[in-house]
Amino acid sequence: MDSENKYPTEGFKCWKKAKELRLQYYKNYMQAKEKGGIRWAGNAPSIDAVPYGLGDDVYHLTGEPYGATVAYNKEFARRCHEVVEAKGYARDLCAYMRNYWGSVLLNEFVFGGPFPKPDFMWVLHSCCSHAKWYQEASRIEGGIPYFVIDWSAGMYYKWDEKREDYVVDPNQEHRIQYLVDQMQEGIEWLEDITGREYDDEKLIQAAKNYFESTSLWAEICTLNQAIPAPMDEKTMYSFYVFAALHKAHREVVEFYKELRDEMRDRVARGIAAIPNEKARIMTDIQPPWGFLEIYRYMESYGVVSIGSFYTFTLMGHWEIAEDGTFRPRTTPMEKGIEIRTREDALRLLADWALGLPMAQIFYDHRFKSHIMKKIFTQWKCNGIIMHFNRGCEGLTLGVAENKQALVEAGIPVAYYEGNMGDEREFELATVKEQITAFIESLGLIK
Amino acid sequence: MIAVGIDMGAKNVKAVVVRDGEQIGRSIFETGFDRYVSARKAFEGALQDADVGEEDVGVVVATGAGKKVVTFAEKQFTVMACNAKGIVRLFPSVRTVIDVGAEEARAIRLDETGKVIEFAINEKCAAGAGAFVEAMARAMEVEVGEFAQLSLASTKAIPINAQCVIFAESEVVSLIHAETDRADIAKAVHDAMAARVGAMSQRIKVQKDIALVGGVARNIGFVQSLKTFLKEDLLVPPDPEFVTALGAALLGMEGEESD
Repeated sequence: MDSENKYPTEGFKCWKKAKELRLQYYKNYMQAKEKGGIRWAGNAPSIDAVPYGLGDDVYHLTGEPYGATVAYNKEFARRCHEVVEAKGYARDLCAYMRNYWGSVLLNEFVFGGPFPKPDFMWVLHSCCSHAKWYQEASRIEGGIPYFVIDWSAGMYYKWDEKREDYVVDPNQEHRIQYLVDQMQEGIEWLEDITGREYDDEKLIQAAKNYFESTSLWAEICTLNQAIPAPMDEKTMYSFYVFAALHKAHREVVEFYKELRDEMRDRVARGIAAIPNEKARIMTDIQPPWGFLEIYRYMESYGVVSIGSFYTFTLMGHWEIAEDGTFRPRTTPMEKGIEIRTREDALRLLADWALGLPMAQIFYDHRFKSHIMKKIFTQWKCNGIIMHFNRGCEGLTLGVAENKQALVEAGIPVAYYEGNMGDEREFELATVKEQITAFIESLGLIK
Repeated sequence: MIAVGIDMGAKNVKAVVVRDGEQIGRSIFETGFDRYVSARKAFEGALQDADVGEEDVGVVVATGAGKKVVTFAEKQFTVMACNAKGIVRLFPSVRTVIDVGAEEARAIRLDETGKVIEFAINEKCAAGAGAFVEAMARAMEVEVGEFAQLSLASTKAIPINAQCVIFAESEVVSLIHAETDRADIAKAVHDAMAARVGAMSQRIKVQKDIALVGGVARNIGFVQSLKTFLKEDLLVPPDPEFVTALGAALLGMEGEESD
């Protein structure tokens, strides 16, 4: 090992399994009808634990990971954009949504074959586009039954002047009831459109899986506080996605336990993501999926991205401890709460979903800035690189304010413009130039 | 030691020759389709201007959007690093440099050594760069130099769109049809562009002294509008379009590592 490459590295042992699981997820969806199963489509934050009550042969497709996969396949993405624009949809709509609609209009699944038509759509209206996304997809596909749950119940946290930190707002009852009522209605709707009897035991197990998998993901991210970082963000994208695919499935819990144990082992043995770690940065929201090479470019300078507000909190569930530490959220099971009935499960699901850190940005950009400062400190970062992402109206909300708040806190920040799913709005050479200048400003040279 | 800095701009390639830290020659050549040929011509022109041979050159440094094609350059640096290095050589008191070229604008905050601290770059649109003024001058059927001069004769403030060159041109045409004074239109265009570049600059905390470089710094109408927007004086070097190439050559002289 030379002086530049001072840390040992090795590939993740569970990498192969991750690839197999991901492929199987999409295969299950494609082949569901052949097995007599049910197929549904929805967004990644949708409360997928609820449809699991219909049986073990229920498979779904989440639109955002699908849209990102399309973005990585630039030729396919180009054809999706062309067909969507030819139909008159605006070019500045959500890029994932356009990739999804494009696939439907082309009748091509990015993994091969015709686009698999879902039996129903189960959506959480989590950002400004999600509900419309599936409403329109339903229309294009000829009127697929569609159920949307409105999530906009207000902020889960409130600012505590005394602690100078966010704390959970104790006034949650009305919010929880708002979601529970919608899920209760949703279950009746699911029974009605599928003709199946709903199984509360399956719902309870799926809810437990959801709590466990999303808290486990936060624990995995927390292990990346180690120096050297055992996982780089580009790799993290391949692992975080399971929570975005089917967070309420037992398979994800088991996989994340395996990954968590491997991360612990890497930390104990000092195994690094990159051998030449000299500086650590974090990012904020989705990357330009077709240009993940920018992470490898940073690494050529010894800069590792340890994660982001996005990879940590899009699906990961966290809490703020009394000492201000940002840590994995304690699950109801860890609190000793027993889940006996449908009502128990739905109330806990509502409370869990409402507390997702990423959801808070739709109410107050200051929350995100505050959490980003915590991540910056706890994960021992040297700087932050932000993406002013033209492809996502929702998560880009407040990024300029976030940037300003971080700069005012004395944190070195750079930003670049781009699009997570439409390469026409990303210039690799320009972005590399900006990254290089930022890295130089951190005092690093090749 | 002799170093040559080559700035591969969108419209022009600039080359500067430096001997022991002092500029001894320079050249500018329009960027053609074959950018390598353009780079060679600018390089050779600068050597001729400095009266030195290629064999005398110790290091060639490339910067700018097309720097990768300068295969005869031993080193490459970012435009931001070159801007900062070049401007502190000319004006040591500068802490913010605003560079407005043909297709890009950037604002850079730097320290006393010429190290970049923070920067901002214009969005993917030519509305805040030189191409914007050229398009507007074309719409009014005047040369850019005359367009700049015209602007100084106006005291009116007419708001126009600077978010998009196409929409702005449409507005300029409407103003022409409304028989608006030509000087007022010219000032409106420069004000709009200054508002855009100024707002971008304010994303980094602008600190004095402030310098303006790049080809657009030769546009006195724009300079005046930007001064008014920022409510600050601006230092403009005599050859503002060569500052980046000068910085590149100086970085080469200093033996800094390249990217």
